[in-house]
Formats: sequence, C-alpha cells, structure tokens
Amino acid sequence: MKATDISNPEYFHKVVDCQYACPAHTPVPEYIRLIGKRRYSDAYMVNWESNVFPGVLGRTCDRPCEPACRRGRVDEEPVAICRLKRVAADHKNDADVASRLPAIPTAKNGKRIALIGAGPASLTVARDLMPLGYEIDLYDENAKGGGFMRSQIPSFRLPEEVLDQEVDYVLDMGVSQIFNTRVDSLKGILDQGYDAVFVGTGAPKGKDLRIAGREEADANIHIGINWLESVAFEHTKEIGKKVVIVGGGNTAMDCCRTAKRIGGDEVAVTVRSTYEAMKASPWEKEDTLNEGIPILANHSPKEFLVEGGKLVGMTFSVVESTYDENGKRTITETGEIVTIECTDAIMAIGQDNAFPWIEKDIGIEFGEWEMPIVDKTSFQSTNQRVFFGGDAAFGPENIITAVAHGHQAAISIDLYLNGKSVKEERPEPGTNLVSTKMGIHQWAYDSAVIDDDRQASAHLPVEQALASRKIESEIGFSPEVAFTEAERCLNCDVQTVFVEEKCIECDACTDICPTNCITFTHNDGTPLRDRLTAPSLNLETDLYVSEDLATGRAMIKDEDVCLHCGLCAERCPTSAWDMQKYLYTVTKAGDQPAPILIEQTSGKKSSEAAA
Amino acid sequence: MSFIKPSFRHPSAPTNALGLTTQAYEGGISTLCAGCGHDSISASIMQAVWALNIPPHRVAKMSGIGCSSKSPNYFLNKAHGFNSVHGRMPSVTTGANVANRDLLYIGVSGDGDTASIGMGQFAHVIRRNLNMTYIVENNGCYGLTKGQDSATADEGHKSKKGKINPFESIDLVALALELGATFVARSFSGDKDQLVPLLQAAMSHKGFALLDVVSPCVTFNNHPGSTKSYDYTREHVQAGSVVDFVPMEQEITLDQIKGSTQEVALHNGDSVRLSKLNDNYDPTDRVNAIKVLHKHKSEDKLLTGLIYLEPESDNFHDILNLPETPLSQLRENTLCPGSAALSAINTGLK
Repeated sequence: MKATDISNPEYFHKVVDCQYACPAHTPVPEYIRLIGKRRYSDAYMVNWESNVFPGVLGRTCDRPCEPACRRGRVDEEPVAICRLKRVAADHKNDADVASRLPAIPTAKNGKRIALIGAGPASLTVARDLMPLGYEIDLYDENAKGGGFMRSQIPSFRLPEEVLDQEVDYVLDMGVSQIFNTRVDSLKGILDQGYDAVFVGTGAPKGKDLRIAGREEADANIHIGINWLESVAFEHTKEIGKKVVIVGGGNTAMDCCRTAKRIGGDEVAVTVRSTYEAMKASPWEKEDTLNEGIPILANHSPKEFLVEGGKLVGMTFSVVESTYDENGKRTITETGEIVTIECTDAIMAIGQDNAFPWIEKDIGIEFGEWEMPIVDKTSFQSTNQRVFFGGDAAFGPENIITAVAHGHQAAISIDLYLNGKSVKEERPEPGTNLVSTKMGIHQWAYDSAVIDDDRQASAHLPVEQALASRKIESEIGFSPEVAFTEAERCLNCDVQTVFVEEKCIECDACTDICPTNCITFTHNDGTPLRDRLTAPSLNLETDLYVSEDLATGRAMIKDEDVCLHCGLCAERCPTSAWDMQKYLYTVTKAGDQPAPILIEQTSGKKSSEAAA
Repeated sequence: MSFIKPSFRHPSAPTNALGLTTQAYEGGISTLCAGCGHDSISASIMQAVWALNIPPHRVAKMSGIGCSSKSPNYFLNKAHGFNSVHGRMPSVTTGANVANRDLLYIGVSGDGDTASIGMGQFAHVIRRNLNMTYIVENNGCYGLTKGQDSATADEGHKSKKGKINPFESIDLVALALELGATFVARSFSGDKDQLVPLLQAAMSHKGFALLDVVSPCVTFNNHPGSTKSYDYTREHVQAGSVVDFVPMEQEITLDQIKGSTQEVALHNGDSVRLSKLNDNYDPTDRVNAIKVLHKHKSEDKLLTGLIYLEPESDNFHDILNLPETPLSQLRENTLCPGSAALSAINTGLK
C-alpha cells in the first residue's frame, strides 16, 4: 500500500467524520470546543459561516453528522451535535454577532441576480453573494422569507423569532424582497434582464392518496405540507376532535403534533412500514410518543368511510413486512382490517417537485421524473444563466443539504458572471494544520476522554407543551449540561500527525493506544488490514500508512476508532507523533477564506482583521 | 499530561478463552519516561498472560527497586504483587512460592536490582530452580539515579556524559547457564514478535526461567556510543532461533514453519517450536549454548532467542518435597500433626 499523502486536504477531512458527513462540512469539533469554553458567539459564527441557520438547524437538522460521529463507534451514543449547536444559538450575544456579519459594499458590481423562492437555498446564495456587491431580487409567494422552514416546520419545534432572526441576518444585507409574489413564468424573469437566476423553490407538491371515498370526504382530508403551511400562516386555526395521520416521515410527526395542539383530542399516526423502518428521525418519533400520540405501524390505508357526505373514519389493512437476504422489503396483507374513527385525515406520504411555471422553450432541459437536468457540482442547468439548488435541484432532502447547494451555486454564479469556468475553476477548500503542543505532554485541547453518557435535552411538561402550537416544546441543554456534552466530543479534528524521520520504533505508541490503532509492520504489498494489532473491520475509514522506517517496517494507523486522546504523542520520546489541529473550510463564492480560518491562522478576530 | 487512560477500547477487540480482552490485563498508566523499553515489556507481559488464558488474579507480580521494579504497577492491576526491598525480590518470591505454588510468579527486576545489589539472591534462586519467570529489564544504567553505568554496561560503552566504561560487564545469561538455570532466553524490548512467545514459553516452563531483555533507557542510555540503545541493539542483535510458542491444543500448520525447525515439549504439554537460523544450534545442549553465547559475544553480536531449555527438571518444590496445597488451605491438624509426629522426626534425626 502506498504511503498516505496527508497533504491531500481530503485525507484529514475524512478523519473528522461529523464534518465529512455534513453536506455543508461545518467544522463541528471546532464549534463544540468553543461551546465547551462558553464562547457561544464564536461558536455561532463558526456555524453561521458554514450553515447560515445555526438556530434553525440546532432544532430541526436531520443530523447526518450524528450517525457518523466516531463516539458512536466506541460508546453507546454519538455526541448530541445538533442540540449543542442550538446552545450556541440560544446563548450567543446578539450584538456581538451583529457586529461580525460581513460588510456589504455600497458600490454594487452592476450584476443583478434573481432568486426564486425564499427558502434556505436561496437565502444561502444571497448570504454568499451580497458581500461581493451583487444586487439580488428575492421572490417568494409568501409574506415572509424562510420557505419551508417557515411553512412546514411548526412553531413548537422552531419558534418564529429564531427563524426571523436568522432570515433577517441575510435579508438585512440589502436583499430586495419581492414577497407576496408568485412567479408564474421563468421566461418572464429571464426577460427582465437578470444576469443569473437561481431556482430554490423546493418540492412544493404534497402527495395525495387516491383510495375509495377520497372525493366524497374531500372537505376533511388534508395534504400534510399544505395543511402545515395553512396552520403556519393562520388560515387554518383548528381541526376536528379525532385526527388520523397517514405517513411515517417527519412531516407526519409535525402534522400529528400540530393537530394535537389545535383541537385534535384523539390523534393517531398510521404507517404502512414497521415502527423501526419509519422515515421519521428517532427523536421525532420519541417526541410524538411522549405527547401521547400513538404510532400504529403496519397499517396500510384502504378506504375513507363517509356518512352523510362527511368523513367518519378510515379502514386499514394490517400488513406485514418481510425482508429477504438482500434487505429487500415485501409487504403482505394479513387479512385483518382495522377501522379507525376520525373527523379529519391528513396525508403526509411524501412530496414532489413541480415546475409548471418553467417554460419548455427557454433552454432548460428536463430529464427523468420531469426534473430539470442540473449539474451535480456546479448546480447549473442546461441554460447557463439558470441555477438550481435545494429540493428544487434533485428532489426532497433537508435544510442542511439546501444550504450546501446554496453555497456551491453561489460559487458557480460568481464564477459564471466573472467569465470563469463553473467546473474547472472552483476554489480549493481552505485548510490549516497546526500543532496543539503547549509543552511536554500538554495540549491546547481537552485530550482526556470522559465516560459520560449522552446528555438528555430537557422538554417542557407535556400538558404545558400542548397548550399552544407556538410554545417551543423542547427547552434544550443548559450551559452546564452543554459543557458535559461538549466534553464528550473526541476532537477528531486534532489529528495524529506522524513524522517518519523522528521515529525510533520504540513501540511506546502501540503500547499505550487504548484502542490499538497503531501497528508497525512490513508494508510489503500483502493486505495490511489482516495484520493489524486490532481487527480492522470498518473499511469506510482509511489506514494512515507511513513511509518505510529504519527497520524496514512502516507505521500503520487504522483511523477507525482513534480516540484522539493524544496518548501516542505523550508517550512518544521523539515527538514523531504530534497532535495537530486540522481546520477544513469550504471556500465560499469570491474565493474568500472563511473568517474562522483567518482567525485561526492570524490569531486575529475577523472584525479586527477587516479594520 | 494524562494520568488516566480513556476507558474506551476497540469495539471488536479479541477475547481469550476466558472471555477477557487485554483490558482485563492492563495496569495504571505508566509514569516511566516516554519511550522506555520497560513499557514495551509490560505490554508484552500483558499480551503473553492474556494469550495463555491465565486469569489475572492467578498471577503474582514480584519486584525489587528501580525503574524496572516499579513497572509491575503498569500491568495486571488485578494480580497479586509484592514490591520488595532492593535486590531481595528472589527471597520474597521464594517465600511466596513456598506458601502457594498455584500462582504464576512473574519477577520483574533490573540490571541494578539483579546484577549489583541483588547478585547473591539472583545466584541462589537459580541454584534452587524456583518455579518462576525472572525478567531482567536490562538497560545498562541506573536510570532512577541519573544514568550511572550499571554492572551490565559493556566494557568500552560510552556514557551519556562521554565517559568510557572501563569495567567488564556481567552477562546474566552466561551466569544463569553456569548456575544451572533450566530456561534461559534473551530478547529485546523492541522486538515483540520474539519477546511475547518467549514470555509465554517462560511462563509455561516448570522451573526457573530467566529472560534477560535489553530495554533501552531513552533518557540516559540511547545515545551514539551506548551499547544498549535502540539503534545499537538493532544493529548487533542476532537471533539464534525464531521462537513460536505452541499451546497444547493448537495444531501446527505447515506454513508456520520457516527453515529448519525443532520442537521442544514443555512440562504441561505445550511446546516451544523453534525456527532455527543455524541448523547446528540445539537449545537443549547447555555446553553448546555456552559456547555459542561466547562466540557471539566475541564477534560483537548480541545473541537473542531461546538459548537454553531443560524441559524436565526438579524444581524447588520437588527437591524439598513440599506440600502441594497452599499454606492458606492447610488445616490445623496437617500443620500441627501432634507430638507423635514430632517424636518420629526426632527419632529419625538420632
């Protein structure tokens, strides 16, 4: 096996599992350490630079980082990354944050950009391009920005003021807000002479369920995302006493919990899959059950029961899920039929994209499932002036993915409008690798690994939470609990950097390593993973392979369960091992290194650097 | 500086026949200098005891004074232990062993504790063929008192301060062979592939087993001119045989055999298999072993590996016909058999 090239920015990036798994590559350990030091505003800014909506995401993120978290591989549960992020947002100093937002040039660069849809993707594009001097028109059919973060996420999960604040950070950069305006024609927008157009209209069409009784009971059958939006904008203020939700995703969880708050006494969720296979996040399911809402698994909807023109119930066929050896699921009916009385039924069975407003003759080609053909790197459509992002680009995903798309689309728009290639001239990531050595056996991070279990996030008592749909049901971490949780982070961004020339092969590192990550063996072409000190079973993680040492052996480190405890470096007599903090930042539009990277490399705050 | 090792271990760490991972065989975090050879020996002891499926509480760790002698604190913290007076580990071990022969006695000593202050005790414990594993963590200097030359420092060796050692060194392996030790081996802390099987074999041997392990002192004896440094040892080491410890239940497969091999059965049915680098070398031939040892020394080579093994011998218990039952389990009527028995003994001495 060839020696590892640690100068490749992606090598150490991959070791930071959480950051690598995050679509926006937020430097997670970096902000968790800041939270541990109670530097909430700093932690917030690290987040804001990367994901634009720390307060929103700290409550609603799908958390791709947590299943990736290395702690989950050695401990029972990963670090509660999402809820820690919320702590930074809840406890930040607003004035401090406001003073650190990027300066917006008063002299514009003469380029105009239209953003269609004011959701997370468009807002991210605006956030990245406004500081570069672009003029931006943001279109949305609603009265306020936020897109599906406002229309589909209920206030008891995401308080309006949290959303308003983070949307306003972007809008207050001087974005021209063309709200209450539904765009019916992309051609019309292009005809207005915009230099570029970004489509961030989400996946706005909720799926319907066409079974017997659907038409007759129409008045009391609601489409989940439309109904949530109607509640959010207060067009719908109540619902009947008995509500059945069909569907098992996060939208279904939001629907049932909303229904429970605006009049539904008996609310039940029905889902065709098993409880375990439901699409909803485990914590959403848990919150639902805690509010006294049953989740009926293995219920496949059969019929709407109508009496006197009104919905009175639904029948379900009880089904069974079986899996073959390839994990392919087969659902079979058991023959049992269940009837559930209800006054209202909410369909939360998925959503689709819909582009009836995009003309077919303006150079935008459509592919499978009537989705526009969009480049996966540049987010450019087949019409060079038009870019897509968020759910509008490749179908329904989540907020953090929309943000990641927004950053990349902004880079493309900036490159395109400067006459550069949107594919070949994309900026490299920013990286910084610096020793944390503070003296003999002293590190600039808390290298000790604590044993504490994952901390539970506090909730309001159920009866209080259910009193209004506007009261946030989860209280979150207190600063004290957040500190403990922050200390659970293994600091995977503090890398074990090995220098061949210094190694005397004394074996001290292999002897001390708690998880037996390190092996010295001959790198002679035979498979290395079979010959390591500990079983090397996680093929997803890399082996760090050194050049050959004096005895002809090489150092092989399996990155899989390294605790980043620094003991190898502490027990190394020659400092052949060093613990070096690696900061990887995604470079944004305009080739601007993230302010956090400037701070880390110059030791100055971004505000000072700018002054 | 870390004082506590994280408690997380590899999630798929292998277990031995007792269902234990090596974690059950660990000790406290070492306070020896970073890179000390002694830590590698501690790690090898843990590995060997784990692989032999010996429950940690069936081991007694015995030591005297010195860097080496504090190292038992860093392995097997579930085992019994006795940190004795300087150089007196052999007597204390003898007493313990007489009282309870069921434990595995691992004595850890250094070149000072053995070749200087403990020389007399060392010689006599060999004579008595006490059933124990005696490990000398040999770094050729007194690390705990700032690195003065010890009795095993080679003649002509240069100290860290630049002084040449004018005295002849004591070769503990040669001495043990002369004194009739039944298991004599030498190894190097930087070569666990050799050290771990040797430790397993030594621990399985019934009788006195000496393991002289060159263990560089990174702080005081790892410089150019030292003859106990990592570099010097690696350059001058000559393994007489590559040793594989084969437990009784394990079958020998052909691909494990490299070159010419010789298998020596141990008392308990396990065996030591040697892949020999030199066909003429027979580790059961004491006279030849002494010869080969001196030959290597004259060629400035450090002979390592299993140097001599006498698998069947009478150990201290057999020689003195001591009771098998540990003292703590003997009842009063056995220990004090009464005046009739006393009279019989007295009569026998007339």
